[in-house]
Amino acid sequence: MAHGPAKGIGRWLFTTNHKDIGTLYLWFSFAMFLLGGFFAMVIRAELFEPGMQIVRPEFFNQMTTMHGLVMVFGAIMPAFVGLANWMIPMMIGAPDMALPRMNNLSFWILPFAFALLASTLFMEGGAPNFGWTFYAPLSTTYAPDTVNYFIFGVHIMGASSIMGSINIIATVLNMRAPGMTLMKMPMFVWTWLITAFLLIAVMPVLAGAVTMMLMDINFGTSFFDAAGGGDPVLFQHVFWFFGHPEVYIIILPAFGVISHIIPTFSRKPLFGYSSMVYATASIAFLSFIVWAHHMFMVGMPIGGELYFMYATMLIAIPTAAKVFNWVSTMFRGSLTFETPMLFAIAFVILFTIGGFTGVMVAIAPSDVQYHDSYFVVAHFHYVMVAGAVFSGTAAVYYWLPKWCGRMYDETMAKLQFWISFIGFNITFFPQHFLGLAGMPRRYADYALQFSDWNMVSSIGAFIYGSSQLLFMFIVIRAIRSGKQLSEPKTWEGAEGLEWTVATPAPYHTFTTPPEVK
Amino acid sequence: MSRRANMLFALVLAPVMSLVFSGSVLAEEAQRWALNMPKGVTPVSNAIYDIHMVIFWICVAIGIGVFAIMFYSMYAHRKSRGAVAANFHENTTAEVVWTVIPALILVVMAIPATSTLLDVYDTSEAEIDVKVTGYQWKWQYEYLGEDVAYMSELTTPESEIYNTAPKSQYYLQEVSEPLVLPVKTKVRFLITAKDVIHSWWVPDFGVKKDAIPGFVNETWTYVEEPGIYRGECAELCGKAHAFMPIVVNVLEKEEYNSWLAEKKAQVAAVRELAKKTFTKEELMVQGEAAYNRSCASCHMGNGEGIAGVFPGLKGSAIATGDINGHLDVVVNGKAGTAMQAFGGQLSEVDLAAIITYERNAWGNDTGDVVQPIDVLKFKQGQ
Repeated sequence: MAHGPAKGIGRWLFTTNHKDIGTLYLWFSFAMFLLGGFFAMVIRAELFEPGMQIVRPEFFNQMTTMHGLVMVFGAIMPAFVGLANWMIPMMIGAPDMALPRMNNLSFWILPFAFALLASTLFMEGGAPNFGWTFYAPLSTTYAPDTVNYFIFGVHIMGASSIMGSINIIATVLNMRAPGMTLMKMPMFVWTWLITAFLLIAVMPVLAGAVTMMLMDINFGTSFFDAAGGGDPVLFQHVFWFFGHPEVYIIILPAFGVISHIIPTFSRKPLFGYSSMVYATASIAFLSFIVWAHHMFMVGMPIGGELYFMYATMLIAIPTAAKVFNWVSTMFRGSLTFETPMLFAIAFVILFTIGGFTGVMVAIAPSDVQYHDSYFVVAHFHYVMVAGAVFSGTAAVYYWLPKWCGRMYDETMAKLQFWISFIGFNITFFPQHFLGLAGMPRRYADYALQFSDWNMVSSIGAFIYGSSQLLFMFIVIRAIRSGKQLSEPKTWEGAEGLEWTVATPAPYHTFTTPPEVK
Repeated sequence: MSRRANMLFALVLAPVMSLVFSGSVLAEEAQRWALNMPKGVTPVSNAIYDIHMVIFWICVAIGIGVFAIMFYSMYAHRKSRGAVAANFHENTTAEVVWTVIPALILVVMAIPATSTLLDVYDTSEAEIDVKVTGYQWKWQYEYLGEDVAYMSELTTPESEIYNTAPKSQYYLQEVSEPLVLPVKTKVRFLITAKDVIHSWWVPDFGVKKDAIPGFVNETWTYVEEPGIYRGECAELCGKAHAFMPIVVNVLEKEEYNSWLAEKKAQVAAVRELAKKTFTKEELMVQGEAAYNRSCASCHMGNGEGIAGVFPGLKGSAIATGDINGHLDVVVNGKAGTAMQAFGGQLSEVDLAAIITYERNAWGNDTGDVVQPIDVLKFKQGQ
């Protein structure tokens, strides 16, 4: 028989309910988002003016490293796993995830991973200081001893991701409602299914990379040490064989979210559903064969360089198809601009700009001038922040009413959108200029000609950062005292099984599967 | 197209610029608020700039097209204007068109990119070979076949970095000794590193190449105008990553030749100096200067190091113990740690001065004096 949640802390510790676990993931990722954001504020405060004012260079490097690690592994990835937990069973008409106990485990090991990682900040030698890409030998021979905590932290995160992915694949392939064929699945489910396969493929590669580091550091091997017959560039190949698919792991579910929100507020079905599915699959495939475009300066042979350039340029085709599909969905629709739609439109615009700079950095000869400069920093923040974070924010506004049966304050949410949008662009657009003018990334201090745009960028960062506190306030206020809703459909144009259940979504949904025509 | 392109670039990208540039346009202002990459002074940097601009304009054109349709929909197809949603959700023709056209555009981009890349990789027929070695946190330049090699380190004082003195014009872009090259000469760089990975980047040359320990990378340049060009280390290499700039002084050919001759004489003189005996005071003065240049970034000016990362020398077993042990660590470095082998980087005089300084500063007070000749003997005795 259906029953409600357990009482007290035990509900959260022992829960096997996909909605509870989704909630845990979302709150955890938001906490990490604030932590990673705090690190970013330290970085931007130090770079406000030339000269060292607030921190020492060695601590600055810890900040850039921890910002990257916490945002990628702690904030963005768990946020989308949280959304998957909440939404996939409701979208495919399943009562829960296929493997509920493993679901509990894959969440609850995460806080330990990040406790390990963050504790290094308080240890002798400090936190990891070798960049989130942790290139050897800076991360091996030359690393502080605390690198071992980082390695075990990464192992635990990897285990969590792999378990989460297995669960998603098992759920999607086995528990769809009768009649829901693969080509009738909602886009968010499709993008997550493909993402889950990517995760299972590359997380073990990351685990391999950090294990080789562990051996080099503690057990006298020389995988990445030329003096012992190893090769520092091997590290980069292994890392980016994980790292490139990783960026699609982050962005594909974001594509999925946008593919729900734009049709809803355009009151028109998604344009080119099947081409969206094929585009997603092609992007996922291409992500495995382009990794060395992150390494155009390592001295690859010309043939390798050309191959990776051409292969990388191909990614523009399916990605462009997606953008065209979203725009065509809006075309001749009946548009309204509630907050989720505002974030979704901003996503399309800013992600496209990030895509343009992506094509630019793909061109190997001109990458000579972009590589490891602020141009690259600007590029990947356009796809990661305006891509993944905007999409995640849009998702929260879009589904929050379904989750808690209460409405957020639309006026304040729109205000939050505009502050985010403006703050984001003030922060990151000038970083294109800084990079083109010759400022390398991961610099604790810089020459005087970079002063002005850095100051502008820092001001933007403080604006953008504060808009996230406003976001937290809006969400908490909605949960505690937002206007109560009871209609199954919050949004006029919303389609999908999740909008057929009661609002707020009951603790157990679809205990008997719905029929999909 | 360059000047007009630049202007348009500024207009498209940053309308705010019009405010900044209103009134007299100062060259310095323009550099401070720079928007685009430098065209540079080599054929390669010019070719890169042209590709960059072509692709930039293609992106702008596509962007205008896509966003125009989007903004048109946002205006014309609003529900508040009474728009009723159509129901179409696919169109094979459109989908084929917008797959094929981007593919063709990519082919157009790939053609100049390929030919420029082939050019970037063509290191043949160089007249001069310079070996560039990255260290934490400085560069070494070695003129192969000329017996000339020297270190190039940041000279911006700590007082400017930590804001106790005003910053000079070339803050963080000034070095003890620049790389000197002749103009209109094909120069091949052999780039490597001794500790972690660095990356040698001079934007005006369109040259960037990773310096990787244990491997030698090749690249080249051909500078068309004499002048002083400044670059940076572009690969995160530890604490002082931002503090190991590159300065290249490009001279007319005759000037370069006389510079090289002078440099060779200097090298011989320094070698001669190694045979001289110095007083302890002389060594301490020179030692302090050399220590601050080469050692203080890790072991710190006060000799206390950084806990957990770089050991202190104040009262340390090595700096107060056996002299040969001290010589060994400084000359040969310590494998598996950040301690470099300074034997090949510094002159015997500097090595002797540094060791003497370390054994007597910060209350170490061993009273030991190490002469350059001792260092020479130690090296030869190995």
